[in-house]
Amino acid sequence: MELNVLWFILVGVLFTGFFFLEGFDYGVGMVLPFLGRNDVERRVIINTIGPVWDGNEVWMITAGGAMFAAFPHVYATMFSGFYLALFLMLLALIVRGVAFEFRSKDDSPVWRNTWDWMIFIGSFVPALLWGVAVTNLIQGLPINEKMIYTGNFFTLLSPYTLVGGLAFLLVFLFHGALFLTLKVEGEMIERARAVALKGGALAAVAFLACVGLTYTNTDLFKSALGGTALWAAVAAFVAGYAFTWLKKYGWGFAMSGLAILFTTAGFFAGLFPRLMVSSLNPAWSLTIHNASSTPYTLKIMTMVALTLVPIVLAYQIWTYWVFRKRVTAKHLEY
Amino acid sequence: MDEVLLARWQFGITSVYHFLFVPLTLGLSIVVAIMETMYVRTNNEVYKKMAKFWGKLFLLNFSMGVVTGIVQEFHFGMNWSEYSRFMGDIFGAPLAMEALTAFFLESTFMGLWIFGWDRLSKRLHAACIWIVAFASNLSAFWILAANSFMQHPVGYAIRNGRAEMTDFLALITNPYVAFQFPHTVLSGVVTAGIFVLAISAYHLLRGTHLEVFRKSFKFGLVWSIVGVFAVMGSGHLQTQYVAKVQPMKLAATEALWESADPAPFAIAAVIDEKKQINTFELAVPGALTFLAHDSFKGEVKGIKELQAAAVAQHGPGNYVPDVTALFWSFRAMVGAGMLMAAVTLLCGWLLIRNKLESYPLALKAMLLTLPLPYIANSSGWFVTEAGRQPWMVIGLQKVAQAASPNVTAAEIWITMIGFTLIYGILAIAAVYLAVKFIKQGPVDSKPDIPAATVKGATLWN
Repeated sequence: MELNVLWFILVGVLFTGFFFLEGFDYGVGMVLPFLGRNDVERRVIINTIGPVWDGNEVWMITAGGAMFAAFPHVYATMFSGFYLALFLMLLALIVRGVAFEFRSKDDSPVWRNTWDWMIFIGSFVPALLWGVAVTNLIQGLPINEKMIYTGNFFTLLSPYTLVGGLAFLLVFLFHGALFLTLKVEGEMIERARAVALKGGALAAVAFLACVGLTYTNTDLFKSALGGTALWAAVAAFVAGYAFTWLKKYGWGFAMSGLAILFTTAGFFAGLFPRLMVSSLNPAWSLTIHNASSTPYTLKIMTMVALTLVPIVLAYQIWTYWVFRKRVTAKHLEY
Repeated sequence: MDEVLLARWQFGITSVYHFLFVPLTLGLSIVVAIMETMYVRTNNEVYKKMAKFWGKLFLLNFSMGVVTGIVQEFHFGMNWSEYSRFMGDIFGAPLAMEALTAFFLESTFMGLWIFGWDRLSKRLHAACIWIVAFASNLSAFWILAANSFMQHPVGYAIRNGRAEMTDFLALITNPYVAFQFPHTVLSGVVTAGIFVLAISAYHLLRGTHLEVFRKSFKFGLVWSIVGVFAVMGSGHLQTQYVAKVQPMKLAATEALWESADPAPFAIAAVIDEKKQINTFELAVPGALTFLAHDSFKGEVKGIKELQAAAVAQHGPGNYVPDVTALFWSFRAMVGAGMLMAAVTLLCGWLLIRNKLESYPLALKAMLLTLPLPYIANSSGWFVTEAGRQPWMVIGLQKVAQAASPNVTAAEIWITMIGFTLIYGILAIAAVYLAVKFIKQGPVDSKPDIPAATVKGATLWN
């Protein structure tokens, strides 16, 4: 396989891993202030993702790094183009990261409540912005012949991309609530289920609207693979909702995960071989060829990535195994 | 201010802030790992207390390093997109490898360490912090390999209007990183050592938790004395190498306007950059030549000659970095290092003679050295990076050509103010917590959940 194609797939895999994993921990962060009625409950909720959220976030860092290494022009165009949006995301991620560390280190209720809301904001904002970003990528951006983004922050906001943002946000919320049904105990499971059902209903609306607008606003469905994957995502989502209703939480979580996986795969398949679509002139789009590194660099990176990604997966799975038990209020580390 | 200058300020602010936390992470991770290993080996609960106490401070510092580090990775694309295009083929690879080889390990095993005290065997738990320590220092290698290319490009060719990698091995065996990496890691060792010493001194002065802090102090002292001399040695070797490959950086750092053989070393100087002369100089004759060449003979090229050579090679322009700032930054770094050496040696001498705790002045001095490693780390990096000006990548791309063409001054102002504000607030919160933990010492903090529901040993209580 041509290495440019392989790296397109690898970047796609990294983003899929990121959305799948960080998807639920953003979701958990978003429901935290509502589902956790007292400090113990909030600590239980935070501890469900406590050992893993940082490792999940590294999927995003690695996706960014991989894009820099394999498709430097995409990295340059996207990051300078999404400037203020990325800034907002960075602020959110900064407060989120320290909030996990800081919140239980002081007894004051004001202190803890403040950081809990920081976790909420830090999860809400990136989830929304990633949806806006992904739909912008597929819809097309004003990119000129020099690969430079010529719009501004508000160019990124359109009905379609805002719906995309909401869809990501709510699907992550659903995914996160389902994760909680697997990780908490007793009566909290029921409450997590209620959130999953309510949030899931909203997510269904936003997600279907997003798929519909993707059909009208983009050329994604011209790709058979992209179209199929998106419909598969819708099917998986519906199945996930049904399983939640039936209290089959393991299946429900697997399905919400599949919905995220298929959505990401669908968007990447629809983009291929482009990485950023120019709305000004199709010829100015950034593709796996005109935006890539040299074959030499791709070869080196391929050797490293193909060796390391399986190892990373192995020890991250092991971590989830170590922390497989439900988090109980009787045993709180943090 | 124009966009390039603003972008430089933003990079400076966020990078210096980020690097306040990095060296302590590099060094303290190893310190905590050693303490926990001693606990595993000896089953002595004091070592467990030490590992937990220093581990708690380590975590606080670590989380600040992690969140400020995310900004660093995004920066290159946001503010320096032309740099990213020009250098992506080379610079992206070490960044991606840093994430793949180090960040995953670091974050995953950090999580296991924090939450795994009761779930993992003692040995496995200690292994987790060793893995974190290894991964942190490995990540330093990758980012320094990337930085070293900017200081001293190797293994590349200029093709298709950009720098393309031709030899990955050359990139990671760049002699520049062979000098820079040990110096950086050792500065982390010293930072951790002084951190442990200063806080231990605080408790020894108060007479609290003596068992833990006597042991910590002894450990920190050996660690710091070895570290501080190693960091000086590695710094000396690095400077000798810089003299060879970045003569302009050396000349500017020494405010040496005219080439000289032998060249004097100015301890202090009043520098007139406009007239290109030092109006006053307190100098040791021949010392710079000796430092650079290990001999009393040998020329050190001056700024004026190097500027003329640069113009001849690269065309008209100003190739002289900010001499005054470099000159004094370098002296701040060296001075801080020497002070740390003096105070640690003094305390070491008193400790050997068993008199340390009867000389509170020595302990107070130790406590007061706490800012010194931070001053040395920041000013050292300032010399490295400001000494590269006006180049982004020495000889290949100037800073002025590297900025994002579509990012406006207003946007950079917004982000710069935003980051500065949030970093300021976080600094207050982090210092508040750190001071609280330090004052508390290695005590079991009050269980803040109803006692009836607490079962078994938990991490912080």
